[in-house]
Amino acid sequence: MSINLFLNGLPVSAEAGQTVLQVAKENNIKIPTLCYLFDKTTGLTHNPAACRVCMVEIKGRRNLAPACVTEVSEGMEILTNTQKARLARKTNLELLLSDHPKDCFVCEKSGKCELQKLSEDLGVDRLRYEGAMSKSNVPVVGTAYTRDDAKCVLCGRCVDACKQYQEIAVISATKRGFATTISGEFGLSSNEIACINCGQCVKVCPTGALLATNQTEAVFEALNDPEKYVVVHTAPSTRVSLGEEFGLPIGTNVQGKMVHALRLLGFKKIFDTNFGADLTIMEESNEFLDRVLKGTGKLPLMTSCCPGWVKYVEHYYPEFLDNLSSCKSPQGMQAALIKSYFAEKEGIDPKKIITVSIMPCIAKKFESARAELGKDGIPDNDISISVKELAVMIRKAGIQFNSLNDQTYDSLLGEGTGAADIFGNTGGVMEAVVRNAAFLIDKQETDVDIITLRGEAGITRSTLNIGGHQLKLAVASGLANAKLLLDAVKAGTESYDAIEIMACPGGCINGGGQPEHPVDVEYSDILKTRHATIRGIDKKKVHRISAQNSEIQALYKDYLKKPGSHKAHELLHTHFTKR
Amino acid sequence: MCKINSKEELLKLYRNVEGLLDLRKQSIAGKAKEYYISVCGGTGCTSSESLELVKELNKEILALDLKVKVKAEITGCFGFCEKGPIVKVFPDNTFYTKVKPSDAKEIIESHIRDGVIVERLLYVSPNKEIKRKQEDIDFYGKQKRIALRNCGLINPENIQESLAARAYQALANIITNKVDPMTVIAQVSASGIRGRGGAGFPTGTKWKFAAVQPKGKKYVVCNADEGDPGAFMDRSILEGDPHSVLEAMAIAGYSIGSDEGNIYIRAEYPLAVERLKIAIKQAEELGLLGDNILGTDFSFHIKIKYGAGAFVCGEETALIHSIEGTRGEPTNKPPFPAVSGLFGKPTIVNNVETFANLPIILLDGPEKYAAIGSEKSKGTKVFALAGKINNVGLVEVPMGTTLREIIYDIGGGIKNGKKFKAVQTGGPSGGCLTEKHLDTPIDYESLAAAGSMMGSGGMIVLDEDDCMPNIAKFYLEFTVEESCGKCTPCRVGNRRMLEILEKITKGEGSIEDLDRLTVLANNIKDTALCGLGQTAPNPILSTIANFKDEYLAHIVDKTCPAHACKALLNYKIKAEKCIACGMCARVCPVGAITQSTDIQGKLPNRPAYVIDLAKCIKCGSCIAACRPGAVYKD
Repeated sequence: MSINLFLNGLPVSAEAGQTVLQVAKENNIKIPTLCYLFDKTTGLTHNPAACRVCMVEIKGRRNLAPACVTEVSEGMEILTNTQKARLARKTNLELLLSDHPKDCFVCEKSGKCELQKLSEDLGVDRLRYEGAMSKSNVPVVGTAYTRDDAKCVLCGRCVDACKQYQEIAVISATKRGFATTISGEFGLSSNEIACINCGQCVKVCPTGALLATNQTEAVFEALNDPEKYVVVHTAPSTRVSLGEEFGLPIGTNVQGKMVHALRLLGFKKIFDTNFGADLTIMEESNEFLDRVLKGTGKLPLMTSCCPGWVKYVEHYYPEFLDNLSSCKSPQGMQAALIKSYFAEKEGIDPKKIITVSIMPCIAKKFESARAELGKDGIPDNDISISVKELAVMIRKAGIQFNSLNDQTYDSLLGEGTGAADIFGNTGGVMEAVVRNAAFLIDKQETDVDIITLRGEAGITRSTLNIGGHQLKLAVASGLANAKLLLDAVKAGTESYDAIEIMACPGGCINGGGQPEHPVDVEYSDILKTRHATIRGIDKKKVHRISAQNSEIQALYKDYLKKPGSHKAHELLHTHFTKR
Repeated sequence: MCKINSKEELLKLYRNVEGLLDLRKQSIAGKAKEYYISVCGGTGCTSSESLELVKELNKEILALDLKVKVKAEITGCFGFCEKGPIVKVFPDNTFYTKVKPSDAKEIIESHIRDGVIVERLLYVSPNKEIKRKQEDIDFYGKQKRIALRNCGLINPENIQESLAARAYQALANIITNKVDPMTVIAQVSASGIRGRGGAGFPTGTKWKFAAVQPKGKKYVVCNADEGDPGAFMDRSILEGDPHSVLEAMAIAGYSIGSDEGNIYIRAEYPLAVERLKIAIKQAEELGLLGDNILGTDFSFHIKIKYGAGAFVCGEETALIHSIEGTRGEPTNKPPFPAVSGLFGKPTIVNNVETFANLPIILLDGPEKYAAIGSEKSKGTKVFALAGKINNVGLVEVPMGTTLREIIYDIGGGIKNGKKFKAVQTGGPSGGCLTEKHLDTPIDYESLAAAGSMMGSGGMIVLDEDDCMPNIAKFYLEFTVEESCGKCTPCRVGNRRMLEILEKITKGEGSIEDLDRLTVLANNIKDTALCGLGQTAPNPILSTIANFKDEYLAHIVDKTCPAHACKALLNYKIKAEKCIACGMCARVCPVGAITQSTDIQGKLPNRPAYVIDLAKCIKCGSCIAACRPGAVYKD
């Protein structure tokens, strides 16, 4: 139903049910917001009307109205720019600033901080209010991310991301009034609570209160150590997002520039985790076929490449631990081979090798630190840094990223097929497994575009004929969706042969370590664009089935013998524990 | 007990038990053949051993071979808490005050056995007149008890007595005659009753919003989360007349189409909870609550939900979230609870006092109620009168009564003959009104126009010893403590205002601080999320409006005219009044007081004592200990 109203004295029309904020935006007025968050892709709406930075005047109303939740009505007269409204917005912002550390110079979020930007936009030129600080400025450091309560503006976005995306709700507001703070139980770090480290909270945090635990200096230290041989590998989805950190259009494929930059940073070898992804497919499709055809393990087989999902099972669904594929993740496989296969080939002492992974994810930091992912006390992967951290390193080193020409990965562990590229999208792992399984059974390339598995809709269910077998498959992204699926399987109302789950909605392209964008850039546009780039890369690849990867073929021939071999098990498989 | 299956059976039972209250409705002076002794069983009096007193009375009754029939039982709050524990002897209506268990023997022997009134326990008015009967006491003179109609009359733990006071008859009329819910709501509207929780929203309108929502699960919620400091209206009603609330909730349920009521009550009200539990059980046993009430197809169940005492949970959306088991934080309205409330279902939230009024309104007709009060505010309002006033207690007056009548006629004026300075109404959300507002009639609009509010009925009287910036600070400390922390203006803004007030009351404030305080106060009022935040600046704005000179004295002259702000006063000894008794030095906890060698005191050869200001911690012990009044605040 269309209604007519007035915005700053001018007649405008709107749909019933729209908010003042939406109507103003459609009419070219941006009302400042802070706590508000809306994600069209998943439908996440966070509008607690808590920050009171979007206040506007509405004629006839006794007080000011929060634009984010106030619905428009027929004949409403909205005034967004009166002295009263502007002063109110500024005063509330100043109040937030009065309880916020003024250490922007040394804050990692500086330049991307929404509070800082608001202060600029609203023209805060002095701080009229000062007083006690509610929280001490002592960061609580976890392996994956660090919480600095003093910088928290209590917008509550993180709480809703955890609750709505993941239905985990491991963090919430505690205490009350001025002392209110957001934390898990007893203010413990992310390592000590039932948090899966997906980092969706970090992604939505407008300030520096939640940040990935920065390990860039540890990488620089290793690079500067003449005793160390530092090898890097880059995850599938990193190439479609890193450019955004340098102002390139969202979703630009910067694989060649990234390799070049890594070389300039001084890494001895630059490998592609896509190789590890292809290898994961080789092992996992073998495991899958064994479980389906020979009954060697529990069905449905559940993917295990997402570290957030894996920890989720360990915490919340331990009854499905045996359903998880025993395969290490691509990061784990790649790193294990760097310190064995590669080290042996090159004659380098594995103790001297430092493996660094570039990931779209911060849960990978926690995965890296898992004691079971290593050999003789030497971790497979030493340091995992996010795309954003890599951008920080590139900037720190003064590398002019945008003018770099393209370079290629080093060989031996540097080749990837299109099947590896699509790991970045939800549904990609399942599609890659199916491509490979079909290829292994039929011994020939069939249709590789398995559109029915591309699970952008939260949960995708399909039945496919693979090599004469009718297989029921499901894909879910976002643990809120995963929960629905698991509960259905548990209750016996649904049954599958294989399930792929990615903790982050949309998959790794939306990981907790991916570049952020200002709130007015629609989430859905970001994901759609990155997604499309990955599809494009896959489409253009000569080889789109993991088994066609020549370096993989060489690896099996020279070293592992065959998928699921004893050696493969020793290096490429792991186990999971109830938490 | 067997269930009552129809209105006729209820009325039959009523006629059977009606006589229970006969004795208490008569007024017979002199010796009687039968007595009934009511002892206040409210929280205030029970904490002064009134329950022991009842036991003692009954023990004495048994001990003596009395010729007359007599029984002592508890009842609800009489309201005159200043003089509690209260004992009322029927049928001669003798009103005893400050009665101790040890007085039981004398009351039974003298009053009951010998017919001789125990004069020493009677109320003595400020002008030394002895008053024997309740109605003779000024405190009750201008009161009109509707919500409190049964407090001090019936035994709240015995449903028979409630039935004798016509409980559940309004409900019976409505549900057995299948009165159209809209007709019931129209009657509620016609009575003009508005929400007694503070905001004054018309109750009938609220019910109508919920009633017109599509059929399905709906909830009735009773807000018993009374949180204003010093307020105990709702507690007293629940302790003294729980069935009035239960009956009204069932009527509300019938009217909006709900089968479930929740009473959200703070766990700090154990006695009220206990009485509610008893009342619900008794009503269910009689079929007055539960499935198929009075044999009709209307069912209504009432549950008790406990609050943990957070002030903000009195705000209806926060209250609803608390019942749902989530953090007690308010959310934006709309959606209003009537549309989407408890568990997302249409819900009405009404205050205890609002409910308590309804059965009698519907039984006696809305016109009767609407005839009481002022044009826009009908009926009566209960206030918890406290502060520097002679008669502290619970009072119920018709709307439109003036502040002066409450303070001077009912309240008996200011304690110790001090000068009236202000009256604070509406609790932490209200404001301070002054001498010039004393003739303001009490109703929602007039109080708001004067810069305060009705609130839930807290009324605190302040005298010349109260410092207004300090009072504003006191209330703000409360709201800062009770803010849920959700929205910026309330969480941070109130804290910043408090910090500015702390500066001012320490004599460290500047004129700019006063300006910032005013700007901030108005901003919080305009932008806070819920009623708690929006009204938190009221004590500040009203004291600045009415007592700006006091603020300026603190800021410019660095003095506290009321001598209340510690940082701005010194304790000194007037030498010419000092008799050198040494009491002050003896009580001083820090040894700041010594006898001088050379300062002449009041008596020859007795040098006066002096206070070492550097050591003094301003505890005030000396001033309390000094008999000749030589210690003073400077």
